[in-house]
Amino acid sequence: MANLTINGKTFNVDVEADTPLLWAIRENAGLTGTKYGCGIAQCGACTVHIDGVAMRSCGVLVSDAAGKQITTIEGLAADGALHKVQEAWINNDVPQCGYCQSGMIMAVAALLKEKPKPTDQDIDEAITNICRCGTFQQVREAVHAAANV
Amino acid sequence: MNKHVAPQLNRRAFVIGTAAVGTGLALGLDIPFGGPTVVRAADGSPEVNAWVVIRPDDTVIIRIARSEMGQGTLTGLAQLVAEELECDWSKVTTEYPTPGQSVARKRAWGDFSTGGSRGIRTSQDYVRKGGATARMMLIQAAANEWKVPVAECSAANSVITHTPSGRTTTYGKVVEAAAKLPPPADVKLKDPKDWKLVGKGLKRLDTPDKVTGAMVYGIDVKLPGMLNAAIKDCPVTGGKLTSYDEAKIAGMKGVKKVVKVGDTAVAVVADTWWHAKTALDALPIVWDEGENAKVTSASIAQWLAEGLDSGPAYIGNQSGDAKTALAGGVKKVEAVYNYPYQNHATMEPMNATALYTSDKCEVWCGTQNGEAAFAAVLEGSGLPADKCDVHKQMLGGGFGRRGQTDYVRQAVDIARQMSGTPVKLLWSREEDMLRGRYHPITQCKMTAALDADNNLTALHMRISGQSILFSLRPEALVNGKDPATFAGLNADGDAALGYSIPHLLVEHSMRNPHIIPGFWRGVNVNQNALYLECFMDELAHAAGQDPLEFRRKLLTKHPKNLAVLDAVAEKIGWDKPAPQGVYRGLAQYMGYGSYVAAAAEISVTDGTKIKVRRIAAATDPGYAVNPAQIERQIAGSFVYGLTGLFYGGCTVKDGRIEQTNFDTYNSMRIAEMPKVESIVMPSGGFWGGVGEPTICVAGPAVLNAYFAATGKRIRSVPLRDQNITFA
Repeated sequence: MANLTINGKTFNVDVEADTPLLWAIRENAGLTGTKYGCGIAQCGACTVHIDGVAMRSCGVLVSDAAGKQITTIEGLAADGALHKVQEAWINNDVPQCGYCQSGMIMAVAALLKEKPKPTDQDIDEAITNICRCGTFQQVREAVHAAANV
Repeated sequence: MNKHVAPQLNRRAFVIGTAAVGTGLALGLDIPFGGPTVVRAADGSPEVNAWVVIRPDDTVIIRIARSEMGQGTLTGLAQLVAEELECDWSKVTTEYPTPGQSVARKRAWGDFSTGGSRGIRTSQDYVRKGGATARMMLIQAAANEWKVPVAECSAANSVITHTPSGRTTTYGKVVEAAAKLPPPADVKLKDPKDWKLVGKGLKRLDTPDKVTGAMVYGIDVKLPGMLNAAIKDCPVTGGKLTSYDEAKIAGMKGVKKVVKVGDTAVAVVADTWWHAKTALDALPIVWDEGENAKVTSASIAQWLAEGLDSGPAYIGNQSGDAKTALAGGVKKVEAVYNYPYQNHATMEPMNATALYTSDKCEVWCGTQNGEAAFAAVLEGSGLPADKCDVHKQMLGGGFGRRGQTDYVRQAVDIARQMSGTPVKLLWSREEDMLRGRYHPITQCKMTAALDADNNLTALHMRISGQSILFSLRPEALVNGKDPATFAGLNADGDAALGYSIPHLLVEHSMRNPHIIPGFWRGVNVNQNALYLECFMDELAHAAGQDPLEFRRKLLTKHPKNLAVLDAVAEKIGWDKPAPQGVYRGLAQYMGYGSYVAAAAEISVTDGTKIKVRRIAAATDPGYAVNPAQIERQIAGSFVYGLTGLFYGGCTVKDGRIEQTNFDTYNSMRIAEMPKVESIVMPSGGFWGGVGEPTICVAGPAVLNAYFAATGKRIRSVPLRDQNITFA
């Protein structure tokens, strides 16, 4: 059993302590916006914020996430308003299949918090998520658009 | 649904199921356009016809039979219907009919298959007719109500106007009456010059849910009481499951059942997938790997190499007498290239959720071919068509992989052993990598002759390697031969050779290793374009000519090929010197009815680190339904295509694929993404595909630039295996 605070809400989840946070989020908390892609922290589809830092939740154990503030894609919008990254994603028509975009958006939201006006090089260094559809060109444009809101 | 015909299926249903990919489906469509009986959608709103439902509040629901997997087809098809319907685009939503509903209504929605870049081009005519028919019925209903001649009425933006009186009404107000009218016999489609929505870069309809996590993919399906399954299939294709020691995982948390799936796989069913996977990893399994376990990449390569020079070959394109002309050539050029297995690596691993009871079987999954998935449900469940259905979910990538139904069949096989309980089967990434339907492996030997004036007089291309149709659609072979292997090298058709070469011989020596091939985005144009376009570059240099001018001379009879090539040459600035340290390469090709070209600018460090700086890419798809989405498909094609070039090979050891996850099967990241400058140049008069053709010019454009930079030819993919990577 573990208590997880996800999007400001407490979830008492019946899982082993070594369960990857990803699966507790998806299967126990029922928040399926966070995606499984590789299970080895390579692709970034499962990116969430833990105490404000972008983390690949497949590589984080539930025991290490307990007691921390976890934010998933479902919790990124605040007070009914989309986050500026989500807005930019809509305005720039970024997603193709969209499967990787939850993780991509979470990674970008964390980047903008750290670097409000990222350069292309900042983006290259911080955003290492895999997108097989190949939305990178639109991702880059939308990051800059979100930064300039 | 590939090799086996279920006894419940009549021939027609079988043809539906196996028409997943390849050449077009030659079936007449029986589209019910309206009629006296009103068919109602689930919410009670009337169908004007199978394609169009309108609610009293003027919401327009457009039915989409093809699958959305990121390529934008859903939005494009809705644009085509809405164009003819003359409806308010801001009120358009879409929904998928199920394959079961379609079969029950005599295939009201036609073909569901979404592969071969055919989603729009092979359904544009009848979906537009669906929209036009509905518009005419709505206008007729208004004219009837007003008791005025229909010719005095017109429609725009979901509003019908009686021009002489200025009276207006809306689609939502007349839809009940319209739905009762007989469909018009004579339906004319708009002249493309009058299009208002088609040809516009409208935003996708499916974006909002994709940025909030609300979009439901197959992996996200939740059903009451649902259990989860993890599976391991024999890692060596052709091998079998011998035994497993269930006692070793007895008592592991959440485990409900261990089930055999077919003759080759075992699955653990548990409360959560994580419990299922954990138990499966702990389950001792004994495989009978069989003879195939001896196969390696080296043994496959040797077998294919033998096919380059010996054994029978199937001729795909021939003119003149290539062998004699080669013997008499002034200058002879020869090269051997190869192209590897590649996994589709969709971001969402294969999955399907099935619920089986003794009188019903339903599946929820992402699929590129709803009807093929439906056929797999019938086959797996043993139930008749009216007791089965497939509920299509959003696909987390398809790229051709989800045109296959192996994962659907597995889910049904598991569900049959868990009757009454819905079970979601999810493959781990490792399972997805090991049980792929890989880009086929081939080699190609090309021999060409130049005359005394350095004109190309003869070309002999001999491809040796795997046939996709042999494994997946043997009924499509022609006397055991595979005409699809000649994509882009044909004399005519929607994947024709652009170059005019006096003496030409193109042939295929079929060799099918045990690794199962599949339709991998771009399919056979990928390797054929790489072979031909790199070799054309070799020939240009052997002739001492500029690679652009050398190609241009050979393309004079194919102005559309020439036009896209010229467009990228102009965009990249071919006639001006490249910046210091920057080198350029070109490629052009035809595939899926469209003409594509690319020009790359790269720089190379130490001969091993390539920075792809800039790409100019042109596409002539005939009609461009949504240019903004086409630009995205073009840009994305360089991610898929260059990932294949740099990182893509799947190698074989002990009969199994060696790459098991993204750590050993890398995929391009944003830092490696070049700037792609797209040129969408629809010349009109034909409908070409968009999702696939551009992939094939990505590799050769970069390889030709690499030669310009280093003087070194690379004839083997992927670059990873030659220690060349992105800078």
